[in-house]
Amino acid sequence: MLTYIVKRLLLLVPVILGITVLTFVISRVIPADPAQVAAGLEAGPDQVAALREEMGLDRPVAVQFIVYINGLLHGDLGRSMRSKVPVREDLVRYLPATFELAGVTILIYVLIGIPLGILSATYRGKIGDLLVRVLSVLGTAMPVFWVGLLLQILLFGKLHWFPAIGRISASVGAPTHITGLYLVDSLLTANGPAFASSLQYLFMPVTTLVFGRIAVAVRLTRASMVEVLDKDYITFARGKGLPERTLVLKHGLRNALVPIVTIVALQFAWLLGGTVLVEYIFTWPGIGQYAIEAIINLDYAPIMGIAVFMAIIFTMVNLLVDVLYSFLDPRIRW
Amino acid sequence: MKVLVKGARSAGGKIGIALVLFSILLAIVGPFVAPYSHTRINFATKLKPPTTSHLFGTDAVGRDIFSRVLHGARLSLTSAVLVIVIAVSVGSIAGAIGGYCGGIADQVLMRVTDVFFAFPFLVLAMAVAAALGPHFLNAVLALSIVWWPSYARLVRGLALSLKHTEYVEASRALGASTSMILFRHILPNCYGQILAKATTDFGFAVLATASLGFIGLGAQPPSPEWGAMIADGRTYILGFWWVATFPGLAIVITVLGFSLLGDAVQENLPR
Repeated sequence: MLTYIVKRLLLLVPVILGITVLTFVISRVIPADPAQVAAGLEAGPDQVAALREEMGLDRPVAVQFIVYINGLLHGDLGRSMRSKVPVREDLVRYLPATFELAGVTILIYVLIGIPLGILSATYRGKIGDLLVRVLSVLGTAMPVFWVGLLLQILLFGKLHWFPAIGRISASVGAPTHITGLYLVDSLLTANGPAFASSLQYLFMPVTTLVFGRIAVAVRLTRASMVEVLDKDYITFARGKGLPERTLVLKHGLRNALVPIVTIVALQFAWLLGGTVLVEYIFTWPGIGQYAIEAIINLDYAPIMGIAVFMAIIFTMVNLLVDVLYSFLDPRIRW
Repeated sequence: MKVLVKGARSAGGKIGIALVLFSILLAIVGPFVAPYSHTRINFATKLKPPTTSHLFGTDAVGRDIFSRVLHGARLSLTSAVLVIVIAVSVGSIAGAIGGYCGGIADQVLMRVTDVFFAFPFLVLAMAVAAALGPHFLNAVLALSIVWWPSYARLVRGLALSLKHTEYVEASRALGASTSMILFRHILPNCYGQILAKATTDFGFAVLATASLGFIGLGAQPPSPEWGAMIADGRTYILGFWWVATFPGLAIVITVLGFSLLGDAVQENLPR
């Protein structure tokens, strides 16, 4: 097991190198004048020239690349032209909010989607099946930012049930900083109002993110469960008189888990992109909001920093999933 | 073409075909039947709710949203066509070469696509589009750059399995050149699969273009781009619901049509 993990980690090296090459190409080779782009459209020729020298753009591309990689290895993701703060510091500051939003989304996604999928596999009704199919196609067809706006119009604009933007009510204030996750921090400091307020503010962004994809989880879980439940050993277990509950949860679910984990992992890539748009709509102070502000201001370094960062996170999640497989299915051995 | 006809027999396929034809029709005749100019600013009629004279209401500078949605259809479908055509051409040729030739070419292709797949799709598209600068064609280019690897992988897999079929071996034995085999035997046999994926992807290309437009990386104002129109509505969530709602509905209808049709085509592929 350990050797497998080490081997996989070593295999990550070329991928991560590739990620850096790609972002280097995007940020340095594609734009006609990266210094002009980095300095912003209003910058004068002197500023651009100074920046060109600072960024090392007057040196050969190979040297530039080595400098760039060297910086990355030391955790240097460049500096935001707008706030003058190193991108790394900004990322650290914005990460907890994104982590909280994505974490709660995945949790809800798994807690609702998978049980519903199991239920619809055990009670195979035509209506339920049709409903899930329709919802999954409809959910993926809706732009996530549009769903978010409609929720704001309805739940905030018309009904005033939930706050539209932000992470916590200003009158409550953020809980004492421990992890940066408001839900966790408010629990640790026994701060009831902050916990309640965070939940309220989480409601709409999480619903937006879950809404589009939940039916996909249900549909795929169902398919995976149906396949397993039709196997001979299930019929045999039923024949020997096992209660249906044990049958479904122990014999069925256990064997359907590998595809289900794959589904959740696949959704993760979508979630990373989706949070960017959703954070922007709900002014959620996370990495996505930071990314879009950078895009709007054509502030270059943050965009590239976020791209590298998200790619590495995503690669790690994939690795984690692969490792998880061998725990779920002892037949998978490396 | 046959799979399209077959696919249209299921209920989902029928709805899909109907929606797809509807959006294509809108893209062709939309600008001619639009009741108002899609760019003329008129503050006297700003933010009017839907009425019989303005079916979808008007936006913050008094433009008729119905007319803008109609004009936007052409823009959205054009960008999706461009994205998918570029991604399919580049991806399938690269994939066919990798799968059929193997060796170094295949290794390089696989590693390059690995890198692309390491990025969350939308994040990479945003980064490329931002590097190219905010413009309609740049958004198209960015999406194609991000999209081709999935076709490369699909076709590579198919080419690998076709490589050892008897007719390919026979044609090689008869001395056909590699490019001849690729274009005469390998690629034509991938068309069904490519078509199925491209149909579904076409809808997602509309969605992705709208996402880039929404954050200001696509068509620039005053272009009636659906995503950008939804972004306009973002400022007006209190009361002026129609500004964002109708362009979004147009996106949903288009994407839904292509998704349903894509599913139907996929189910009817010869195995």
